[in-house]
Amino acid sequence: MTTKNSKVVELEQVVIRFAGDSGDGMQLTGSLFSDSTAFAGNDFATFPDYPAEIRAPQGTVSGVSGFQIHFGQKTVYTSGDQADVLVAMNPASLKANMRWVKKGAIIIIDIDAFVDKGIEKAGYKADPTTDGSLHEYKLIKAPISTLTREAVKHLDVDMKTSMKSKNMFALGVVMYLFNRELDQVNRYFEKKFKSNPLVVETNKAVLAAGYSYADTVELFATTYKVEAAPLERGRYRNITGNVATAWGFMAASEKSGRPLFLGSYPITPATEILSELTNYKNLNVKAFQAEDEIAGIASAIGASYTGAMAITTTSGPGLSLKSEAIGLAVMTELPLVIVDVQRGGPSTGLPTKSEQSDLMQALFGRNGEAPVIVLAAKSSADCFFSAYEASKLSLEHMTPVILLTDGSLANGSEVFKVPAMAELPAITPPLALPNDPEYKPYRRDPERLNRKWAIPGTPGLRHRVGGLEKEDGSGNVSHDPLNHEKMTKLREAKVQKVADFIPKQKVYGADEADLLVVSWGGTFGVMITTVEKMQAEGKSIALAHFKHIMPLPSNTEELLGRYKKIVVCEINNGQFVKYLKMNFPQFRYEQYNKIQGLPFMVAELENRFNELLKQ
Amino acid sequence: MDQNTIDVGVLKLTKEDFSSDQMVKWCPGCGDHAILHAVENVFPELGIPKEDFVVVSGIGCSSRFPYYMNTYGIHGIHGRAAAIATGVKLANPRLSVWMITGDGDSMAIGGNHFIHAIRRNIDINLLLFNNKIYGLTKGQYSPTTPQGTKTKTSPQGTFERPFNPGTLAIGAQATFFARTLDTNPKAMTAVFMEAARHKGTSVVEILQNCVIFANKTHELITGRETRDDNQLFVEHGKPLIFGKEKNKGIRLNGTSFEVVTIGKDGVTEKDILVHNQYERDPGVHSMLAAMMPPEFPVALGVIRAVKQPTFNDAMMASIEEESAISPVKNMDDLMNSGATWDIE
Repeated sequence: MTTKNSKVVELEQVVIRFAGDSGDGMQLTGSLFSDSTAFAGNDFATFPDYPAEIRAPQGTVSGVSGFQIHFGQKTVYTSGDQADVLVAMNPASLKANMRWVKKGAIIIIDIDAFVDKGIEKAGYKADPTTDGSLHEYKLIKAPISTLTREAVKHLDVDMKTSMKSKNMFALGVVMYLFNRELDQVNRYFEKKFKSNPLVVETNKAVLAAGYSYADTVELFATTYKVEAAPLERGRYRNITGNVATAWGFMAASEKSGRPLFLGSYPITPATEILSELTNYKNLNVKAFQAEDEIAGIASAIGASYTGAMAITTTSGPGLSLKSEAIGLAVMTELPLVIVDVQRGGPSTGLPTKSEQSDLMQALFGRNGEAPVIVLAAKSSADCFFSAYEASKLSLEHMTPVILLTDGSLANGSEVFKVPAMAELPAITPPLALPNDPEYKPYRRDPERLNRKWAIPGTPGLRHRVGGLEKEDGSGNVSHDPLNHEKMTKLREAKVQKVADFIPKQKVYGADEADLLVVSWGGTFGVMITTVEKMQAEGKSIALAHFKHIMPLPSNTEELLGRYKKIVVCEINNGQFVKYLKMNFPQFRYEQYNKIQGLPFMVAELENRFNELLKQ
Repeated sequence: MDQNTIDVGVLKLTKEDFSSDQMVKWCPGCGDHAILHAVENVFPELGIPKEDFVVVSGIGCSSRFPYYMNTYGIHGIHGRAAAIATGVKLANPRLSVWMITGDGDSMAIGGNHFIHAIRRNIDINLLLFNNKIYGLTKGQYSPTTPQGTKTKTSPQGTFERPFNPGTLAIGAQATFFARTLDTNPKAMTAVFMEAARHKGTSVVEILQNCVIFANKTHELITGRETRDDNQLFVEHGKPLIFGKEKNKGIRLNGTSFEVVTIGKDGVTEKDILVHNQYERDPGVHSMLAAMMPPEFPVALGVIRAVKQPTFNDAMMASIEEESAISPVKNMDDLMNSGATWDIE
């Protein structure tokens, strides 16, 4: 496999999409290619595209499962707009994915699957491989099924087992196309199927067959190589947003010395945080699957009162159900982090699609004056640091925090530089000391305005909290009119004070420019990619991407005033822009909104920004 | 991970250690006062340090209870006390957790949390004040209001069949169910002691009188004239005998209960069913809990107390086991384990 029948061209970045039927193993194919990409030293990001149904009818468009990887020799911020290479294992996966493929892209299909029945099932009127509809693409018709069977003829495997490994044939072809070594994948087989040598041999044989096939029949006149990215020295791993979120909480728990308690109820796309945390009883993580969303947060509030670092995880509909309980956490001034992995709404909406439409709910969706800190993670790996910071702010300021992530961050993965625990900032909750004669439940620290955390089991600190209004200082139940006004303002001021403890808002680009692009949360990757591209073209453009929503960084107003035009980009109907208008009505805001359950694409943003720059 | 129990004599706690300085704002004559006194009498006797009690409640008249106890306490939101108490117990299983709730709080808005706490057998003590009315909102019918009762929201009488908290709890696999009366402090204290000793969710239904909106709702059971014939104090190992003359008993006839009189129709004490609170089969316990006047006396005392593993013990045992066997001891270990690669 050393001499190849093709010339090698160097590329800066590539997007590959693997697609097949739910049972074709495309997620494994994608993740093995990701591992190989990591091994090659590229930066990369991935995104799985599962069907909403668990086992949709075979061969239909709704049963297609996809996996996209974007890798490069420079920093990769997103899983990529459109694919340079599509692998389609059947007609349905071709049909479902053509909209994600660049003109001129390489499309590798299993021609054996393009029989009348399959073509019809996919909803094609004519065979797309012969009707000329793909003439603008480099279509590779590989008899993947036949050659897979051929490759394992010498082994004693049944038809079903051999067909299960045809995804490895496709992987072999793609490995050839990108000049990758097979050793690492083979080592994976050896480890994964240790107890079943026949499966190891089958997969190895099929993978090698795909690779050799590409070489010997000269499928590609050109193959490609993407050089290693200049990543910082250190240890890396690939991580999804949900796992990063779970780990961020575990890290904060270890740092603060407060044991982690999660109360949660399964909901797409947040469930994986719950399931991930159930794996770490060895690290004293108590992950409690409650009977409903309300019990999830209510148990977390009980645990928080009892001294745990308490969290609850959900998506939009669950956040609605938790509203009343969040108010209880506001009133009792207990630390609590609520994660909302946003999805398309309202109601059940688009459970498997991503959206940024819970911002207003996070900010204001409670009865009474009930301010909470709101943070939004900006990328899959950043979910770790956002969960960590949310915990730190919640514990140190004794207030609930809502952390917004979204479906695309949650399921997407990217390269994560493993931090050392020693380098993460300290977390120091304001614990009340045993038998403190000065202790009063609602006595406040003048700097943060937080109250002390007195934990059951501690002698000399017995006290009651609850949802009724509290008297300033003593914490006794109070219906006094002036006390209520004072407490309302104190709770608001406590949250606003957090602005002194978060970083100033950063701008990517010049201090002054014709256009300031404003965005928040999960769109960072595509925003920075677009803005950097336009800056390289000499455009007068800068980006302010917000992670701290409530309170806003203290320099927000001053910053917005420095730019000629402001455009606020969101995957919703314009929520952050309303919030900015409310806080800073003196500025004029342009908008770019997309509400299709789909991420922004670089091209559409570029068009809009160019339009604004021209005006 | 048992409760932090030590010898009562060493602690020397008294009722005063648990009385709060807050003004008790229940109506004069409300049954809640007597329940509060009984709980204040029980806590010092349990051998648990005073800082190890947590009293959790939901919303309603009864749920003001935590403010009147000098312990750690949470006055929660409507219906959610069981979920809050679950979080308290799981966060620190050494605490003695008491949940105070009412028939609206636990049978209506909090029904889901009630049954699931019981199903999991979380080691908490659940005191359900059943006055068969919504008191704090001024007199609407509750899920335990007898069918046909006229209230503010049922001017023609309710159309609904009421829940029996006992059969509901036993149906949800309760390991402990007891019933007591707000008018009998001695029996109440004894039942609370038993509830505290039981490991698992101890459900105690207290038939409590609301003097304002459902006064005398339990009159048949508590009234001087009728009570002896309508109360049956169950005791483990003793026959189910009741009545002014102590000559009535419960006999199993086929698959149903019947009330019989000893010395009549050839009935002797031997015919009377003997109470076994430890019977795992919930059938007879459920039948006992279901008995209601005028056909039957109401069963009082510990109806069911069976040993079953608790959720909190299982969780803690799992944590201990996993911590012992896993090579991953901290976050640095975890983040550096599995598929990682190094850039030099």
